[in-house]
Amino acid sequence: MKKLILSAITLSTLFAYSCGGEDSKKEGESTELSGTIVIDGSSTVFPITKLVIEDFTAEHNKVKISAAAGGTGSGFKKLIRKEIGICGASRPIKESEAHECDSLGIKYQALEVGKDGLSIVVNPQNTWLTSITVAELKMIWEPAAEGKIKKWNQIRKEWPNEPINLHGAGHESGTFEYFTEVINGKKNACRTDYNASENDNQLVQGVSGDKYALGFFGYGYYETNKAKLKIVAVDNGKGAITPNEKTIMDGTYAPLSRPLFIYVTAEEAKKPESAAFVQFYLDNAPTLVKEAHYAALTADQYKAEAVKWDAFVKGLK
Amino acid sequence: MTNADKNRIKDKMFGYFGMACTFFGIFMLLIFLSDIVISGWQKVDFDFLSSFPSSRPKKAGIYPALIGTLWILGLTAIIALPIGIAAGVYFEEYAKKSKMANFLEINLANLAGVPSIIYGLLGLQIFVRTLNFGTSILSGACTLALLILPIIIVSTREALKAVPDSIRQASYGMGANTWQTIWHQVLPASSGGIITGIILAISRAIGETAPLIVIGAATYITYIPEDAMSNFTVLPMQIYDWVGMPETPDGDYKTISSAGIIVLLMITFLLNGIAVFLRNRWQKKVKW
Repeated sequence: MKKLILSAITLSTLFAYSCGGEDSKKEGESTELSGTIVIDGSSTVFPITKLVIEDFTAEHNKVKISAAAGGTGSGFKKLIRKEIGICGASRPIKESEAHECDSLGIKYQALEVGKDGLSIVVNPQNTWLTSITVAELKMIWEPAAEGKIKKWNQIRKEWPNEPINLHGAGHESGTFEYFTEVINGKKNACRTDYNASENDNQLVQGVSGDKYALGFFGYGYYETNKAKLKIVAVDNGKGAITPNEKTIMDGTYAPLSRPLFIYVTAEEAKKPESAAFVQFYLDNAPTLVKEAHYAALTADQYKAEAVKWDAFVKGLK
Repeated sequence: MTNADKNRIKDKMFGYFGMACTFFGIFMLLIFLSDIVISGWQKVDFDFLSSFPSSRPKKAGIYPALIGTLWILGLTAIIALPIGIAAGVYFEEYAKKSKMANFLEINLANLAGVPSIIYGLLGLQIFVRTLNFGTSILSGACTLALLILPIIIVSTREALKAVPDSIRQASYGMGANTWQTIWHQVLPASSGGIITGIILAISRAIGETAPLIVIGAATYITYIPEDAMSNFTVLPMQIYDWVGMPETPDGDYKTISSAGIIVLLMITFLLNGIAVFLRNRWQKKVKW
């Protein structure tokens, strides 16, 4: 087998050599924007980014853009390895990640592009649950609940004596980290006996097909599947608040509304095509964020982000 | 009722049972195919094949994914074929029964059973990072080539085994050496089987999603790959992305993902058709 691998490697190295030389010549011949942008990161931010890319390339069709959605964590890892220069993130960069960037001399700018409300949803046939407190959510989802909290009436006595079937975001997603941090008080601390998926659509399917289900995922997915789901108001001690565009944007739907970011490295911002792309992102975020079913920021907030970006780009020169 | 009668009834019952099992499989396939064709057929047209993907599903197409799949297909074949066939020939014609050969054989059988996502992780570390190919068609093709190598080797060996030993003996008897025997007698005689195995292996490779996701292939791409070092996406990844999108009221994503599946199936059927055609052709040609 060793021989096989070795010969595969030799053969493919030859390929890389013969193919690699060509594309560097083609770039930078005209003043029109060209070049390549590679984006990765949060699957929550991905729908917004896709829309931005689509509209951007309609105007600048020489710029080659490829985007993947491997999750916030894996996006930052790639940013640190300098494999990408723009990373979508559904949480701020972690201290450990920021530290790695510093030690490698990677400078970056975080830009908030919109807001996402995590929604708690149940089946439309669920008649007993219209609002839930943060403490009750913790009771359901904390690690100690594993194998113990199995029925609805264990949470509130008047709820049915029926199994509670849980659905939620999987471990690679920023949604999971965020949810566990604000509800269970510790990042990534969560019971494990629930249906976990990075694919939000599977969660929608799970909850919409089961009367006794309870799930959480991004508000955008609730918005587009309204007919199949019932949304639950969340009470953090100041009264129950139902998530909608207004309560998410102004932050009254707390603690389950969160900012969405893109992170751009200094190296990337020096490329004219990437600088133009980020500028385009900020200019068009108000409409495109809504098209992707998230809550847009206020006009003032977007201005503040644009100012940050300006300062970052000027600081590079 | 005599014992013979009982056995006759048992025999008939088993026949019906076997038939029912066969029809069950076909029936399921038909349900699946008709569901896909009904929801996606009207979307499969030139526009769909030649447009870029879009977040507005009515305008979306599969052009980059289709070209990416063809690239991957071609390059995977170029990498995996010579290695796979040569390894198969070595095992069957050269390797002597030894501990080493035994060890290699066990490993080969194990390799064929490794989940595809593991190959993805291997590809990420070796091709993307260590050899620095980046997330490129080349990395993807190398990874998939590794994935289908065991299949090609095994099917090559099966095809070589089917060549009667008398042919080899006759060739040696005429004074030919091992290489001449293989090149002029054994390979032509077994090429039908080898080609069939290869095409089946390649149709498996084009359906793979997991290893390509792991090596970081793009989900959304705005250009057509021009060389092997370009980033890419393939049909199954495009379909996976659409299936995961929140559905619009008109069911647009279901339509385009079904249409994508139809295109992917057509490529697979086409490949299998070629396999059958080649096998029949070669079998007729071979005469001793």
